[in-house]
Amino acid sequence: MSSISVAMTVNGTRVSESVPARTLLVQLLREQLGLTGTHVGCDTSQCGACNVLVNGRAVKSCTMLAAQADGAEVLTIEGLESDGQLHPMQAAFKEHHALQCGFCTPGMVITAIDLVANDANPGEATIRKYLEGNFCRCTGYHNIVKAIAAGAEAMRS
Amino acid sequence: MADNGIGASVRRVEDDRFLTGRGTFTDDIDRPGQSHAWIVRSPHANAKIKSIDIAKAAAAEGVLAVFTGADMAADEVGSLPCGWDITNRDGSAMKTPPHPPLAVDQARHVGDQVALVIAESRALARDAAELVAIDYEPLAAVTATAAANKPGAPQVWDEIPDNLCYDSGWGDEAATDAAFKQAAHVTTLELINSRIIPNPIEPRVAIGEYDAGNGKHTLYTTSQNPHVIRLLMGPFVLGLAEHKLRVVAPDVGGGFGSKIFHYAEEAIVTWAAKKVGRPVKWTAERSEAFVSDAHGRDHVTTAELALDRGAKFLGFRVRITANMGAYLSTFSTSVPSFFCTSVLGGVYTTPAVYAQIKAVFTNTVPVDAYRGAGRAEANYQLERVVDKAARELGIDPVELRRRNLIPSSAMPYMTPMALEYDSGDFAANMDACLKAADYAGFEQRRAAAAKQGKLRGIGLSVYVEAAGLGPSHLAGKLGAHAGLYESAEVRVHPTGSVTVFTGSHSHGQGHETTFAQVVSEQLGVPLESIEIVHGDTDLIPFGMGTFGSRSIAVGGSAIMVACDKVIAKGKKIAAHMLEAEEANIAFADGVFSDSASNQTLTLGDIALSAYVPHNYPLDSLEPGLDETAFYDPPNFTYPNGCFICEVEIDEETGAVAVVSFTAVDDFGTVINPMVVAGQVHGGVTQGIGQALLENCTYDGDSGQLTTGSYMDYTLPRADDLPTFAVEHNEIPCAHNPIGAKGCGEAGATGSTAAVINAVINALAPLGIEQLDMPATPHVVWRAMQAAKAAAAE
Repeated sequence: MSSISVAMTVNGTRVSESVPARTLLVQLLREQLGLTGTHVGCDTSQCGACNVLVNGRAVKSCTMLAAQADGAEVLTIEGLESDGQLHPMQAAFKEHHALQCGFCTPGMVITAIDLVANDANPGEATIRKYLEGNFCRCTGYHNIVKAIAAGAEAMRS
Repeated sequence: MADNGIGASVRRVEDDRFLTGRGTFTDDIDRPGQSHAWIVRSPHANAKIKSIDIAKAAAAEGVLAVFTGADMAADEVGSLPCGWDITNRDGSAMKTPPHPPLAVDQARHVGDQVALVIAESRALARDAAELVAIDYEPLAAVTATAAANKPGAPQVWDEIPDNLCYDSGWGDEAATDAAFKQAAHVTTLELINSRIIPNPIEPRVAIGEYDAGNGKHTLYTTSQNPHVIRLLMGPFVLGLAEHKLRVVAPDVGGGFGSKIFHYAEEAIVTWAAKKVGRPVKWTAERSEAFVSDAHGRDHVTTAELALDRGAKFLGFRVRITANMGAYLSTFSTSVPSFFCTSVLGGVYTTPAVYAQIKAVFTNTVPVDAYRGAGRAEANYQLERVVDKAARELGIDPVELRRRNLIPSSAMPYMTPMALEYDSGDFAANMDACLKAADYAGFEQRRAAAAKQGKLRGIGLSVYVEAAGLGPSHLAGKLGAHAGLYESAEVRVHPTGSVTVFTGSHSHGQGHETTFAQVVSEQLGVPLESIEIVHGDTDLIPFGMGTFGSRSIAVGGSAIMVACDKVIAKGKKIAAHMLEAEEANIAFADGVFSDSASNQTLTLGDIALSAYVPHNYPLDSLEPGLDETAFYDPPNFTYPNGCFICEVEIDEETGAVAVVSFTAVDDFGTVINPMVVAGQVHGGVTQGIGQALLENCTYDGDSGQLTTGSYMDYTLPRADDLPTFAVEHNEIPCAHNPIGAKGCGEAGATGSTAAVINAVINALAPLGIEQLDMPATPHVVWRAMQAAKAAAAE
């Protein structure tokens, strides 16, 4: 199996790894870098549990080769806190009980941040539509929708 | 009430780790020297395995070993057990076929485990799996529930005629037949409870590890009940005694029933780890989950309701054919039988109820409990028939229900299925729900929708479940091989902080918060000084785990009893330290006080004395402050409530939109209203999913699963759902110390009928009386076209 070298910035830290060429970005994050907060929930790019920000945009890291992220800025759920404080979107998820088992949560939070980057004040219909690539089996999305609206408001202020 | 005690919407303590990526799910665990397993699965629904050639795979890059069913059989690995025996109507025993972890001579469903490849990486194991050459002889297969028991159907098991696992009867058949004979009206409904694939977002994972130094095995697994897995897999499958087997279920990403059962892969990796001398990890891909996680529901039912001239229910009779799949999963047999039939009386005074249940084998994935197991199927049948009766008799469905509800004054109420409801005010739930949903204003909304080209419908469902599983003596009489108590150990540390070891398991329910609230309330200890530990058989005394809405009602009650023991011992210590009479010692808010002297000691003072017993009654009391309780409930709990759903149907496309959903539930004492509402949202969503979106289908000829990915199986998305209105009507459970009835399954139990009743209500003006789930746009559109064509003739 041929190996390749990839280098990228992950959560602000420059990393350089040698991996089999077929390695997916999510495998690099989870298995090489130990960033297990990013999850794999399906193998057909439907569930969104593996979403990370690549150059500021939400990407399904199970559907991107590590090689494709060469040179990119990658932000995962582990990189959202600053000075030990939750990101406003993380805090909103906690305040509004927007997670139960927590498995889809990292992808949901990443998608929510991506949404707010595109629409600083999304309404309920916009939020629900934007989550079409993220499954949650626990919450019925009710509190996730509320949390994203509240998180967006907190990010504006 | 303690500040963060019972009744407070405390924000969850577990959220910080999940929100920052610090959770530890099973796939996040890597063990030193770990190898990786890939399981070769049958592509055929039914096929003889004529030969397996592993030579090429065994020689492939990075491969450590390749095993087949013959290797496991040679090691005398046993059959995956079914934990619940059902007796046939003629008194004979049900049929229990073998279930080897790896199939030996025949594969019986698409996805059946046939061979195991272990390699240095998952990718290499998967590559090598392609090289395992299996010579299959495909056989005819049967997948449809209604077809399995028909003469001439393909046989799943040669030794089990007509694919019949059991044919059991529940209730009083003669009394029910008599009720139908004197009925003024009988409403009959044939319906299907569609097949569901549970789909927790975390796929199953199992890691086996063997320590040759002490002969001990460890299994890390995505389980709702690690002790049950230790018991089933250890002594019964692998021949391992419990003291040499540790089962760990760390953070688990949702279960919904599907992670209760003992799965083949758990036994396979545990066995294989010793064979290869290295830890073995298996992680399911979603595609594998679709063909290996136990499915849910899948009943074909004829339901009949007998009414007198006053529209009082005289009798309810159902005949159900339930699909077991190809093998009997752990609790499969109990679901259509005990769990479904026990609550067929529902919230009504119906005096006579009878159910005949036939369970059949098919060439499909095993079927077992899914959120609301059995009770959801019962409620769906009953509430659908009641609505149909109301239409046939020209009575408002609310009025028909009102005439037949069990009044709260009749509690405790003995049902014809031998359950004793301890408490509940079903009429109050319904009235509150009607008000919250503005039932009275519906016709105006219907008229407004019609102007927009939308057919609007409203449907309700009143429900009661048997939850809080359950009284062990009753379970034993009903065929269960297990007890249904729960354990708790409350360990007060020397300086007064507390660790609780619970046999319940949290996979989204929030126990680390809600159980701590219970302890905080009982012991007066602040929440931040309480740690809830679960999911490790080496740490927890024992545990039956989490299913059947039992965690707070049974596990929480065990914690209450253990706290009471701590307090009782603390009083003895306090009496000694204060030189007081024990009878004069009271305990409240974390403080022991002597009513005679007004002297006080904190729980921390007592704990320190218990562990540093210099001034301590050592002649009559052991040191330490660490108490264990096993709580066995005297009765089931009976969560109950009312749901009202409103839908709008697009006449052009048949698309159904849920425009509002209102729930009023009686879960008894509510520990954390925020968490409980979240359970309702999730449960209702699973019901809406089943009613409108989700459907597991097999191709009838090939036996292939035709909904084997998220591109074919429609999981509910955010924009398929409304905002929910949820209210609680708290009537404490009368027989457990915590007063809680459980809330995990209610949403899924009561919602399917409310949604389909609303759809039928919207379509009834077109003459449509019956639709089966899921009411997809295709199903609804076809029904509308057929109805319009019929009307035009």
